Amino acid sequence: MWTYNKTLQYPVNIKCTDPKLAKVIISQYGGPDGELAASLRYLSQRFGMPDQKSKAILNDIGTEELAHLEMVGSIVHQLTKGASIEEIEKAGLGEYYTDHGLDVYPASAAGVPFTAAYIACKGDPIANLQEDLAADEKDFKCNYEKNIECRNFWKLSIEK
Amino acid sequence: MAIEENRNCGCGNNDDDNYMQTMTNNNNCEGNDEVRREMINQIKSYDFAINELALYLDTHPEDEKALCLHRRYCKEVKELKDKYQKVYGPLTINYPCNKWRWLEEPWPWERGNY
Repeated sequence: MWTYNKTLQYPVNIKCTDPKLAKVIISQYGGPDGELAASLRYLSQRFGMPDQKSKAILNDIGTEELAHLEMVGSIVHQLTKGASIEEIEKAGLGEYYTDHGLDVYPASAAGVPFTAAYIACKGDPIANLQEDLAADEKDFKCNYEKNIECRNFWKLSIEK
Repeated sequence: MAIEENRNCGCGNNDDDNYMQTMTNNNNCEGNDEVRREMINQIKSYDFAINELALYLDTHPEDEKALCLHRRYCKEVKELKDKYQKVYGPLTINYPCNKWRWLEEPWPWERGNY
């Protein structure tokens, strides 16, 4: 059971529409190492954990990942809000727009829809925790750094 | 902090009367906006700290110092949230109100309560 808090965990206040940036950041929402995968990974694995500590930590991290999911969704929403069809097409989001308009749809940067195949629940607590560590490392080290690389490359501005 | 209550409850059945019920709608003027921003920032900071302390305590439940901090932050943020919600509306649907204020403020992804 969850209760919704009507705040973001950290504020998202983007000043400039930038669909091109949204196209890569959406992978953090519904991509292979995104926040949706993270939350479902933790929240699904918690059922099979053997003791109180491991159940608690997966429950509470999985919950926090949902807050991250909301922040990333807010970023994508604000980056695309009010974008013209020209901007959308130029950013390579024409195909996305065809199917989803400017809704925030859980998909990877390449447009692959979210799939539960991104997560693993192996029926073994150690295997599951190893999967969590690897996933977290992929999420932080790889995706966020690549997003920053892209952003720097484009000399784009995303301001708090 | 000078804060006026804006819960818009007309029945007079409020559980506590610590705040004046002025039923004003002037929350968007500059001064109040700044107070609001500061309060919500504080609430978020507390919530974040409480969250991280909870994750730590999940695997280190015997740590007295962390437990003590957690207790303190929970108490402080509760007071702050009570104050905030009386003026600016509910942060969760668990906050009682005679008028359904949940719909009044923009949503977090629209920069509400940010």
